[in-house]
Amino acid sequence: MEKAAKILKKPITSTLIAVVCGFLIAGVIIALMGYSPMEALGLLIKGVFSRPKYIFKVIEKSTPLILTGVSVAFAFRTGLFNIGAEGQYIVGSVAATVVGIKLSFPPIIQIPVVIFAGILAGAIFGVIVGFLKARFGIHEVITGIMLNWVALYLCNFVVNSHEFNKPSNSKTYSINQSGYTTILYNWKSSKAGIEFLRNNKWLSDILLKTDVNVGFLVAILVAVLVWFMLNKTTIGFGVRAVGLNPFAAEFAGIGVKRHITTTMAISGSICGLAAALTITGTSPHGLYLLTMFENVGFNGLFVALIAGSSPISCIFSGLFFGGLIYGGNSIQSGLGVPSEIINITIGTILFFVALTKVVPEIANRLAKRRENNA
Amino acid sequence: MLNDILPILGTMLMYSAPLIFGALGGVVSERSGVINIGIEGMMTFGAFMGAAVGYYSGNPWIGFLAGGVAGALLSALHAIASISFNADQTISGIALNLIGPGLSLFLCRVMFSDQTVTYPVQNKLPKVFGSIDITVVIALVLTAFIWFILYKTKWGLRIRAVGEHPAAADTLGVNVYAIRYVSVILSGLLSGFGGAAMTLAVVSQFSPAAISGQGFMALAAVIFGKWTPFGAYGACLLFAFAQALTVNLGGVNFVPSEILNMLPYVLTIVILVLFVGKSVAPKADGVPYEKGMR
Amino acid sequence: MDISSNYAVQMRNITKAFGNCMALNSVSIDVKKGTIHAMLGENGAGKTTLMNILYGLYHADSGDIYIKGEKVNMKNPMVAIQNGIGMVHQHFKLVENFTVAQNIMLGSEVTNKFGILNMRKFKDELQKIINLYGLKVDPNAKIENISVGMQQRVEILKTLYRGAELLILDEPTAVLTPQEIIELISIMHKLIENGKTIIIITHKLKEIKASSEYCTIIRRGKYIDSLEVKGIDEEMLAEKMVGRSVKLIADKTPAKKGKVIFNIENLNVQNQQSNCLLAIKNLSLQVRKGEILGIAGVDGNGQKELVEAITGLLRAQSGTIKINGKEIQNTKPKNVIKNKISTIHEDRQKRGLVLNLSVAENAILEKYNERPFSSHGILHYSEINKFTSDLIKEYDVRPKNCKGVPIRELSGGNQQKIIIGREIANEPDLLIAVQPTRGLDVGAIEYVHKTLIEERDKGKAILLISLELDEIMSLSDTIAVIYNGEIQGVYDQNEVDENTIGLLMAGGSKVGKSSKNS
Repeated sequence: MEKAAKILKKPITSTLIAVVCGFLIAGVIIALMGYSPMEALGLLIKGVFSRPKYIFKVIEKSTPLILTGVSVAFAFRTGLFNIGAEGQYIVGSVAATVVGIKLSFPPIIQIPVVIFAGILAGAIFGVIVGFLKARFGIHEVITGIMLNWVALYLCNFVVNSHEFNKPSNSKTYSINQSGYTTILYNWKSSKAGIEFLRNNKWLSDILLKTDVNVGFLVAILVAVLVWFMLNKTTIGFGVRAVGLNPFAAEFAGIGVKRHITTTMAISGSICGLAAALTITGTSPHGLYLLTMFENVGFNGLFVALIAGSSPISCIFSGLFFGGLIYGGNSIQSGLGVPSEIINITIGTILFFVALTKVVPEIANRLAKRRENNA
Repeated sequence: MLNDILPILGTMLMYSAPLIFGALGGVVSERSGVINIGIEGMMTFGAFMGAAVGYYSGNPWIGFLAGGVAGALLSALHAIASISFNADQTISGIALNLIGPGLSLFLCRVMFSDQTVTYPVQNKLPKVFGSIDITVVIALVLTAFIWFILYKTKWGLRIRAVGEHPAAADTLGVNVYAIRYVSVILSGLLSGFGGAAMTLAVVSQFSPAAISGQGFMALAAVIFGKWTPFGAYGACLLFAFAQALTVNLGGVNFVPSEILNMLPYVLTIVILVLFVGKSVAPKADGVPYEKGMR
Repeated sequence: MDISSNYAVQMRNITKAFGNCMALNSVSIDVKKGTIHAMLGENGAGKTTLMNILYGLYHADSGDIYIKGEKVNMKNPMVAIQNGIGMVHQHFKLVENFTVAQNIMLGSEVTNKFGILNMRKFKDELQKIINLYGLKVDPNAKIENISVGMQQRVEILKTLYRGAELLILDEPTAVLTPQEIIELISIMHKLIENGKTIIIITHKLKEIKASSEYCTIIRRGKYIDSLEVKGIDEEMLAEKMVGRSVKLIADKTPAKKGKVIFNIENLNVQNQQSNCLLAIKNLSLQVRKGEILGIAGVDGNGQKELVEAITGLLRAQSGTIKINGKEIQNTKPKNVIKNKISTIHEDRQKRGLVLNLSVAENAILEKYNERPFSSHGILHYSEINKFTSDLIKEYDVRPKNCKGVPIRELSGGNQQKIIIGREIANEPDLLIAVQPTRGLDVGAIEYVHKTLIEERDKGKAILLISLELDEIMSLSDTIAVIYNGEIQGVYDQNEVDENTIGLLMAGGSKVGKSSKNS
């Protein structure tokens, strides 16, 4: 009994319960539609794990989600709701693309410059939100939402402009190849590469059919760095103090406004980094016309929330999220169940995450009942 | 001159109606102390159900009503989570923003031969005074009605009290939970109407892009309008006006259309900086009420 | 005592536990109709819990409640209201942006059959009650614009409007001037004349003597005694309340005043609610080394703004604030702390602590950016923990191994010890203590007072701001009175008596004129 209560109190337990509930409800919906839930689950698992290619695809899809998740989680810690992550991601990709097309340096310069451009653009959009909040008290949700749209149209403006538009295409040119971070990009299309891969099916599956790139490693590194920053540095201390009680922080001489702006700058730059890594790491290495949001930033909200705003947990919830999205396609193709079932599942999981306070509450009741019995 | 302005005003009114319904929903919910970030999801589900029922029944009014009920159903989930279980209202609202569109597209594929758009409805909601959607009129009437309820009736007094100081209301025998339940569900009903107003009046079918951001714009309008019905109404008109400008000036060559499209959003930020400043939310907005807390 | 209809209320063997904490252990009370009955006990003794049970806000684990001899199940406040019980809570439960009238009618609205409010009819009814008991208040004023004394009247009106026969007043005098207290007592007597019964919760002995006929004492959740107030003296009441003999006045030797170290000249600060009014008007004040300067005053007369202006949270419109000859007005809080001013803020939970951070992290809240707690932007937790352990030891914080737990889990007294320890560790030249004993029990209060005097004896300058006149009178070497943002006078401790100070706190004008709430 005591052990049960202890386990129930752990945050991971609540999250796992939420995940199970999400799958259960999705299963019920699938069953109501007349399909087999177990078959769907099987397809989902197969769609993620059955081929190395799939696993690497999931990692590729997850990389930006982990980063936008970390970005949102970081902002949460200062008490800011960074719904503008979507816009910060978009401007990051715009800046990275523009710079990547316009400049042509050797990789050792080109890659950092392109990535820095993305980071900078994201940071600028973040700072606008933070500054307006700190200076004028304007709600970050409003500015975030507005700037998302500004970013979307900015992207389309670049896509449609003469400079960058790839003729008779609704996308831009790709950035110069020297900016690619795809692993062994040149080698795998070289003669030796083709020859080698022909004899190595497993590797060719990964290297040729997916865009394996350094992004995932960077994402893990960033998550760890942000964790370190939050818990072991003075900046993180200030951020947490301001987030948990701005009034006490102010009184203790911690600059609340400065921290709000700084946090948003960091949060925005992580989104920008996510975007730049996507541009440099995966095809088409450029922008395409957006008719609606791609949701990379918005999905960061879900990743962060499921991770309970812990940057390290964002790695896992990001992978989980990416896996669901990618694996969801195989449910549709294999079974005919609309892939939107995945969004419903994730939404339901999140809904139960919102209820997670209830689980420790149950644990407390259990503990109390035990006392009463004793 | 007049001929230039009239079409802009017409477009403005057309775009404003769905926003206003959503914003009114936000006002009611937040005035009772429950943050509703899920308006977008509720509007989307309302938009789909409105269009689907409108198509199958052939009667747009039944569709409109169904849209409202759909929104109310989703908001009931939000109410259970945030009122009975003291859940995090932001997370719960965001979850609905995922569930709403997910459920809509899922059902759409199931009901409309695996497509993500519904078949167009045969009958749209009627127009009045020549070319104005009737939803525009309903939106205005509802704004006045909600204002009246909030400020002139005992229910309004209680809703506002519960959103400002639930403990005070509780000690006087006002049922905080009941008031919040009603407000949140009403908020979903209104948001659902907003979605249906889009798919049954502005356009005639549901598509994934039918509701794209209107719920969030409505949320912004609530804050912009300082949590009052007419304030939110005005904010929605402003957003819609800016949007109408871009539509009607679309033919002008010297400004790229994308830059013009940014206008409403940039304008909103500028206006906020210049005129509004700090907006003060209801004191207990977003704070779960637990009996016995001091 | 028998159950009888001569009693407005009889509570029998009430027991209530919160988690592991026994709040009430078989407590009984009998309140005769038409009397004023005092509930006496220290902070945390369980007085308010008992009354919340009577009002239906909490539910007793066991025990019975009888109203006029009839057993009643107090399921919720509605049942209490129906049984003629009204409660005025210590922290008023008023909707700040509602008018007086709206607050009173909430929950019992006067409407037509469509639910539409009929304000005119309601205001007529209200006026009748106002006239009957002399509870003058403007029904159209917003709560946020009226004084605390007025707000209390609104609370009393709320209960009377609902037909209350028995009024429970929870610490009603805590926020009033001595003159307003006199007025409240006369209102109470007027209510008794009209057949009402009153239970007054308090820990102030003097007021019990002045107002009540009977008195029930509880200590740590246990029933101690019930007695007639006439013919019993304050010391005896105090002993029963605390359980040992207590010194009502803090021990201290005469101050050895040094040179002036802190100097405010002609300070003006704007009122935050309305831009054309001043919250602090041309205020000048000097504090010397080795003295405790106490500022007496009723809540809302500029104390908050004064503290915020000194600590850099509010802008001074004009005037100077100097510490050690250096001007610090209109700089940031950080600069103020750097210039050797430390502050124990009245609002522990809002301004003093970050409740969800650990005890250790709160202990270094002001210094996390300095060596040895961090260098090059990296925190050194070993140093932080060492510092905290020393603090916990020196100030006897319980539990002893608490440095890693969120400070939320500590009791109010222990939280305050951490704050005081933290501020004193800054080695300030001026220590500002604002309501340093608010919400603490007697043991903790004694400790805080002792610490302040010790610091004074070490030669620090101490600025004490308190709403508790007794605290000011017993601790201060010099007493200043603030009213309406102005210093009304500065006196040596032995130069004035409580009555003079009380009169000055009310603006020195005729009795009952309350101050404008800022």
